Amino acid sequence: MSNFIDVCALNDINLDTGVCALVNEQQVAIFRPAASNDVFAINNFDPIGKANVLSRGLICDVKGMLTVASPLYKQHYSLTTGECLEDETISITTYQTKIENERVLVAI
Amino acid sequence: MTKKQNLIVIGNGMVGHKFLESLVNLEQAEHFNITVLCEEPRPAYDRVYLSSYFSGKTAQDLSLVSDGFFENHQIHLKLNTTAEQIDRQGKTVTTQNGEILSYDKLVLATGSYPFVPPVPGHERENCLVYRTIEDLEAITAGAKNSKVGVVVGGGLLGLEAANALKDLGLETHVVEFAPRLMAVQVDDAGGTLLKNKIQELGVRVHTNKNTQNITDGDTCKHKMEFADGESLETDLILFSAGIRPQDAIARRCDLELGPRGGILINNHCQTSDDDIYAIGECALWGGMIYGLVAPGYNMAKVAAQHLTNSGDASFEGADMSTKLKLMGVDVASIGDCHARTEGALSYAYTDEVNQVYKKIVVSADKKLLLGAVMIGDAEDYGNLLQMALNNIELPAMPEALILPSLDGAAKPVLGTDALPETAQICSCNDVSKGAICCSVQNGAQTLGDIKADTSAATACGGCTALVTQVMNAELTKLGVEVNTDICEHFAYTRQDIYNIVRIEGIRTFSELISKYGKGHGCEICKPLVGSVLASCWNEYVLDDKHIGLQDTNDIYLGNMQKDGTYSVVPRIPGGEITPDGLLVIGQVAKDFGLYTKITGGQRIDLFGAQLHELPQIWQRLVDAGFETGHAYGKSLRTVKSCVGSTWCRFGVDDSMALSIELENRYKGLRSPHKIKFAVSGCTRECAEAQSKDVGVIATENGWNLYVCGNGGMKPRHTDLLAQGLDKETLIKYIDRFLLFYVKTADRLQRTSVWMDNLEGGLDYLKQVVIDDCLGMAEEFERQMGAVVESYQCEWKTTIESPDKLKRFSHFINADKPDENVQFVKERGQIRPANEKERMNKDNLIAIS
Repeated sequence: MSNFIDVCALNDINLDTGVCALVNEQQVAIFRPAASNDVFAINNFDPIGKANVLSRGLICDVKGMLTVASPLYKQHYSLTTGECLEDETISITTYQTKIENERVLVAI
Repeated sequence: MTKKQNLIVIGNGMVGHKFLESLVNLEQAEHFNITVLCEEPRPAYDRVYLSSYFSGKTAQDLSLVSDGFFENHQIHLKLNTTAEQIDRQGKTVTTQNGEILSYDKLVLATGSYPFVPPVPGHERENCLVYRTIEDLEAITAGAKNSKVGVVVGGGLLGLEAANALKDLGLETHVVEFAPRLMAVQVDDAGGTLLKNKIQELGVRVHTNKNTQNITDGDTCKHKMEFADGESLETDLILFSAGIRPQDAIARRCDLELGPRGGILINNHCQTSDDDIYAIGECALWGGMIYGLVAPGYNMAKVAAQHLTNSGDASFEGADMSTKLKLMGVDVASIGDCHARTEGALSYAYTDEVNQVYKKIVVSADKKLLLGAVMIGDAEDYGNLLQMALNNIELPAMPEALILPSLDGAAKPVLGTDALPETAQICSCNDVSKGAICCSVQNGAQTLGDIKADTSAATACGGCTALVTQVMNAELTKLGVEVNTDICEHFAYTRQDIYNIVRIEGIRTFSELISKYGKGHGCEICKPLVGSVLASCWNEYVLDDKHIGLQDTNDIYLGNMQKDGTYSVVPRIPGGEITPDGLLVIGQVAKDFGLYTKITGGQRIDLFGAQLHELPQIWQRLVDAGFETGHAYGKSLRTVKSCVGSTWCRFGVDDSMALSIELENRYKGLRSPHKIKFAVSGCTRECAEAQSKDVGVIATENGWNLYVCGNGGMKPRHTDLLAQGLDKETLIKYIDRFLLFYVKTADRLQRTSVWMDNLEGGLDYLKQVVIDDCLGMAEEFERQMGAVVESYQCEWKTTIESPDKLKRFSHFINADKPDENVQFVKERGQIRPANEKERMNKDNLIAIS
């Protein structure tokens, strides 16, 4: 059912940083943590700071959980579940990803 | 409402003024009309630091009166007014002008006068005393035509006066009646060592000298003839042979006095007349006149409370232990230093090589410390004083307290648990152990917290180590684990991380975390390590190895604003910019539709730049010769400056050129937090240097260097680190200061907070920067040289690296801007649209 869309080359994403991709008119933040061989995708919109900036956040290991810290106010969002560690009422959409032939694909 | 009572205070010296300050802080004070009679032409000033008048302090600097004090509290101050007579029946005071003032309560704070021995000839010209500012003026005038000066009296004040004469350029002698200097505080052996030290400093000391006559001299104005037949010629004589209570007015109205003078007081500081109080050096309590300021202050507080019925404080004597620096020599004396207590035993240690003498006096059973003398090294003073004051049982071998530690064995230090709650830890501000513990219980966890909360350790700083011990003990007791680990990934402090990186030459986060940490890092440790690596090796922060460590602003070399756009700040060193430069910035702002604002740091901030615009904007700025301003970095921001001596009528030196040189030297230095400098061309201080991390002010004698100031949330005035410097020394000192800060500060700790937590405070910082007590000065200068050498404009590097530019686009896969970024116009410029404007699409500006 998921429809994977080619977004960019894996090397377009510096190790341990994120980028933002436009996928089906959605802003998707894609991260390439140094701690993993996978890439992770979540919605780019920061629901607390109310700006499309999550792709520019720092990748953090919080007690073993991979997260991104919002560049605006530093709340952590899980890269796998989208939950906000500081406010359990907030969660953001996550997307499936895969790496094929050194290309990054995201499913929406 | 009850009618107000009349309160008259005679005397506005240090103690008299402390009384007023204590009084106006009490609620009951409003029931009094307060009149102060002051004999001197100026209100209270600091007599303890009187000698600093000779090193350039003015009468105004020495003043103890805060701005508007008398006016704000409606206190009627009469200067040049001597009280002549007290009528206790009619309850009036008559002044020398014949004015009669009535009182309900009267406070005598008349102080003391210098005792001049009745030697024939003592009234000759240039025979002076040392107590008031007028005395100092007379000494300065007298010294002008003099070559030789003699101080009669080798006590504490006499030695200070001798230092003043020496500073005035006179050949200086001290003549002492007793067989040793500081006879009251110091024993024979200590006195001998002190004498040697002071003679080495160029002051001749004559002990056992009884002056019998002063007559005309042959080579000088006067000749002093001594009982032993010897004589000494001098042009100026300064009597400092002790003080006598100023009790004449009390004597005239038949208040009870001591047999040798002094107005008798009880524990409430009341005289034999319940409506009349006496405080300070004119008062006699328990047969003692207290010639130190701290007991006087204590009396002032007690009298203020009792007189207003505001409390039940009482004066119960005071400890006369002292610690001071006389002509640069540490001298301290505690309790029964002469071993006069029955059965008392002494231990003494003399080191003639380093000229140190220490003695402790203990009780017959060797359980209690009764007294101590220290000359040349008074580091143990705080520890010993607490032991003596609180009757703390001594260790088995008490001599270990004063012997130098051998083989690195630690000296027995006082366990703070042994101290009672009432033990006074900070004597300057009268802070007890209980108050410090209470502050910890209320949440204080650092020395800075304790200082802010209790003001302990904020005056002389001598108790800093003890305050820290008390705080740590209390934290442990409360079970507060003071965890100094930076985060879950590194069980180290920032300082540890810095040292590891520096010493092991570690160049990447991955190497550091694999050797010293665990996990993968977070928003605390990554930027911290990124900053430390940059401080040490100064590599390009967007390099592949480092980019993942950079925080919000650094990672795109801009300051992210609330809507995800950035502000751009080109460097404008010293705030100096050509008209062409202004035109370039203006044209760039116009072409990209940016909001412009002048910053507090004398440069220009351009707001509303989108990610993809940053490289285009910087290409234009770099082409025009601008460099990055590092407004996004925890690093040197600006060196603010006034225009200096090249234009200003009052300028003393070229602050403009210096500020540009400093900004260009330190730009790019990554540090624990941002650093701001300023340079003022004269003491009018238009650049506000005294509120910066590093402030420099031009004086006739060279540059003065101030450090650790801050504006912002918690303002802090700078401390003067060094003065009268030439430019080379100034830059050396700044190099050392900055690198010491970078090496030892905590994450995100500005220099002001760092200083407040620095053990040893300003004195220690001076030792590190000026005296090089760590032996690191050369290394600091070398390291700073390396940082200066490896400087690069990060934006120039970035626009020259095509692979780095790829990141500067909102989408990695589309050439479109972020449609969520919306602006409206306000006052002729853009600003981010608010939610309502976005929804209604009101007046939104088309974004390219």
